[in-house]
Amino acid sequence: MLTPELTQAISFYIFAAMVLAGGILTITRRNAVHSAMFLIVSLMGVAGLYLLQQAEFLFAVQIVLYIGGIMVLFLFVIMLVNLDQAAKEKQFSGQWAIALACVALVGAQVFWFLGKGGAPFKIAQPGILPAASALGNTEQLADVLFQEYLLPFEVASILLLVAVVGSVVMAKKRI
Amino acid sequence: MYPITTAHYIALSAALLLIGTVGVLTRRNIVIILMSIELILNAVNINLVAFSQALHSLSGQVFAIFVITDAVAEAAVGLGILIALFRNKETVLADEVDLLKW
Repeated sequence: MLTPELTQAISFYIFAAMVLAGGILTITRRNAVHSAMFLIVSLMGVAGLYLLQQAEFLFAVQIVLYIGGIMVLFLFVIMLVNLDQAAKEKQFSGQWAIALACVALVGAQVFWFLGKGGAPFKIAQPGILPAASALGNTEQLADVLFQEYLLPFEVASILLLVAVVGSVVMAKKRI
Repeated sequence: MYPITTAHYIALSAALLLIGTVGVLTRRNIVIILMSIELILNAVNINLVAFSQALHSLSGQVFAIFVITDAVAEAAVGLGILIALFRNKETVLADEVDLLKW
């Protein structure tokens, strides 16, 4: 029987496999263009997870901004910068020991928390779907964004302005 | 295994965060280090949206929008620095940029 819960679980595992496989392939490929392609797979998995959690606006933002914007920026830079020499050299710095130590420490903490912390935080219970609202996700999000978080929104726009000016200054030949 | 709970999303987000951390710490190519940072920021976003869903509050999704804004700014400035670096040093490998080392 294909109940809604089962459908949701199957979709979750498909998207989670996309996210994790894409991430692992991103950090292990020799060719940076291949890494970028697998990063797109990973980002599309994340977009699917947003859709699964009824965050439709973030789904659209993820596709348009991340896959359409940031990844095109990455691909342009990969083509501007000559990576042929770098692809022939050693790909990994000798920091495997410290990386594995960090990962083991943080991973042990997180999974210990997930094992122990379920009860106080009620994270191990399936979420109750909110009552259907007349407004869609985008309208509700706009209400919260432009009423409660108006000042952070303006600060974020200044941050973007500074980033645009900064990246143009960085990429100029002569300042 | 199912139904899918918030704990599933947290576990996935932790795994993605750790993949990104390994990428940042072990790769030499700066382009791929920047991609690993994008993976880390996406792990944060998965967490924020999962808790937003669990707590029935849209603040988490608003914060995810701010995290995406930061990711865009970081990618633009980081890639600008990378182009300036390549123009001056002809390398994209992080451990060959050691002017401040002695």
